[in-house]
Amino acid sequence: MAQPNNTQQHTLIAMVEDKPGVLTRVASMFRRRGFNIASLAVGSSEQPGISRMTFVVNGDEYTVGQVAKQLDKLIDVLEVADITSERIVTREIALIKVATTQITRGEIIQIVNLFRANIIDVGSESMVIEITGEEDKINALHNLLAPFGVIEMLRSGLVAMVRGQANGLPNGNGNGSANGQVNGHS
Amino acid sequence: MELTGAEIVCESLLKEGADVVFGLPGGAVLPLYGALSKYPGVRHILVRHEQAAAMAADGYARATGKVGVCVATSGPGATNLVTGIAAAQMDSVPMVAITGQVPRPYIGRDAFQETDVTGVTLPITKHNMLVMDVKDVAQAIHDAFHIARTGRPGPVLVDIPRDVLLGEKTEFVWPTETKLPGYKIPGEAPEDQVAAAAELINKAEKPLIMAGHGVLISHSYDLMTEMAEKAQIPVITTLLGISSIQSDHELNLGMSGMHGMAYSNLAIDEADLIIGLGMRFDDRVTGRISDFAPNAKFVHVDIDASEIGKNVETSVGLIGDLKDVLTQILPKIEANVHIYWLRRIEELKTQHPSHVVRESDELLPQYVLQRLTETTQSRGIVVTGVGQHQMWAAQHCKFTDPNTFITSGGLGTMGFEVPAALGAQVGRPDTVVWSVCGDGGFQMTMCDIATAVESGADVKFAILNNTNLGMVHQLQDVFFEKDFMASEFSANPDFVKIAEAYGIRGIRVTKKDEVVDAVQQAMETSGPVIIDFMVKQDEIVFPFIPSGQSVNEMLEEPAPKEPA
Repeated sequence: MAQPNNTQQHTLIAMVEDKPGVLTRVASMFRRRGFNIASLAVGSSEQPGISRMTFVVNGDEYTVGQVAKQLDKLIDVLEVADITSERIVTREIALIKVATTQITRGEIIQIVNLFRANIIDVGSESMVIEITGEEDKINALHNLLAPFGVIEMLRSGLVAMVRGQANGLPNGNGNGSANGQVNGHS
Repeated sequence: MELTGAEIVCESLLKEGADVVFGLPGGAVLPLYGALSKYPGVRHILVRHEQAAAMAADGYARATGKVGVCVATSGPGATNLVTGIAAAQMDSVPMVAITGQVPRPYIGRDAFQETDVTGVTLPITKHNMLVMDVKDVAQAIHDAFHIARTGRPGPVLVDIPRDVLLGEKTEFVWPTETKLPGYKIPGEAPEDQVAAAAELINKAEKPLIMAGHGVLISHSYDLMTEMAEKAQIPVITTLLGISSIQSDHELNLGMSGMHGMAYSNLAIDEADLIIGLGMRFDDRVTGRISDFAPNAKFVHVDIDASEIGKNVETSVGLIGDLKDVLTQILPKIEANVHIYWLRRIEELKTQHPSHVVRESDELLPQYVLQRLTETTQSRGIVVTGVGQHQMWAAQHCKFTDPNTFITSGGLGTMGFEVPAALGAQVGRPDTVVWSVCGDGGFQMTMCDIATAVESGADVKFAILNNTNLGMVHQLQDVFFEKDFMASEFSANPDFVKIAEAYGIRGIRVTKKDEVVDAVQQAMETSGPVIIDFMVKQDEIVFPFIPSGQSVNEMLEEPAPKEPA
């Protein structure tokens, strides 16, 4: 067995057929092979009938390589790429409901402005803040808001895209082929 | 002409060349039976339990290389297929299972005999589908056969609601293409990697080929033997790779692994290169992975990319169709003699003769199989169940032709021997099929003796009857201080009378000198025969590498005591 390397956070993208049951197949594969998904975001892509999944998986090279290969084996999965080492942009959206009082409201608004986040709902004892950005930025805002009392938080899961013309997929429509392909050397 | 969904299934089966299906009807799938009666080109073999339908389709597929087809109704019919489907998945067997489903308006309402069978079989099929529109039926069957038989083969389940089978009619249009944009079938491997593999093989001083099921599936046996002969590389087979090279070939070292030949395992321990062909280095082959082939590099060829690097770290992993890859690599392999290596292996064979059956006055199961294979002159197909009898068959039966040893390897399914044997015989009617059974497994599926009789399947059942669950008994003997909890039968039926009850010949053998005669009588009898070999009860399968251990902990048969 491959020697376990250092565990690292990997970002994988998969193009899948937009059909009933695809998410179940993907989730079932992760479960039965004992892989953990740190986050998963699914949505439509630029091509009709094809959805795009972004996975964040924590693991060593061996585990993440297996995740990619097992994903690629699923019939409904068109392409898989590990884009961790690519030049990528990543974003996540979070909604944070934080407790407020007359005293704290001003300070919270200041923090929100500092982060270029938005207040999308204000109540007498709470407000809902929307923030979009990289994971670290969201973590930082959350840490600053935590002392005020975070009542609820939801995070969309990370979405990622390769910069420039290439799309990171081995056989994708992009002009270049990235190194993330799973069928190559092992 | 417009056809019902059921008729389209039948037309599609004919288009795919599926001339035999194994099944058992029920409410939801009944419309399909209504159509089957009008399609004599598709022979239906009625089983007694759906488990047998799946396993017979499996045996049929392995014996013929064609896709095996089984049919069951919704709910319990479909769930009874599950074990057979899982076995086919583990052993990469091409199979299409067609199940009836409750009518569309009832789906999700816990209707009578409703089971989410695509949900149930999701992790044990290569793919499955629920067909919700009669217009999709032909495409679904076409895609199912394509997926089942190409790439790394496997089972595909197609679930069709009753009202899709028998409702709105539609024009039957046989699709010209598959609709599977995400499905890739590897062919040749990249040339630079092939060259790298060839270089490792040419440089190796102690190379070994490990041949798996992929050699048989891809029809690469001749190419593999050619490569082995050209460079004089000994060949070890996995359990499912048996019959990929002739048993008496001088380079064939037989099976390795948990109950493999001691000299094969010891050769692996000394080898400097393992060439894995269409096999997956599973735990029964490797034992403790850190101690497996500690001196060797690995070249691994497999059609399934996820197998490369899964269990062993490979120096060169070639993803491709084994036949294509061997065709690519053969011209690059230099002729060699490996004199010292072959001499060393001969030495190991002399020092550790695990293929030899010891002298005994008792009826040893190994002795029965040795005589059986001599008497049949290694012709015909041997099908086994799972357990001690399976390991002894793997060790002592001899094979001349490819695809003549059929066994449930990955899943290890007891009871496989009865239905798989009848399926194999239906697929190869010119061939005698020997079902080597354990008395435990035989009783799991012996209801389908009736199916063998009814379908005229000429199967000879050789029960190695030790009135035990033999392998369990062995494990209890060695690891549980002889606590034989729940592994001994006190009321086995009289298998000769069972034979008679089904109107076939039954023979009981209790002594060594009766073995050959019984086998000959069985061969001279037309139709199924059951031979009840009352073998020695507490025999242990040697060699034996306990689970999770290595060749260093291998137990070999104790040397016979010198006469006083």
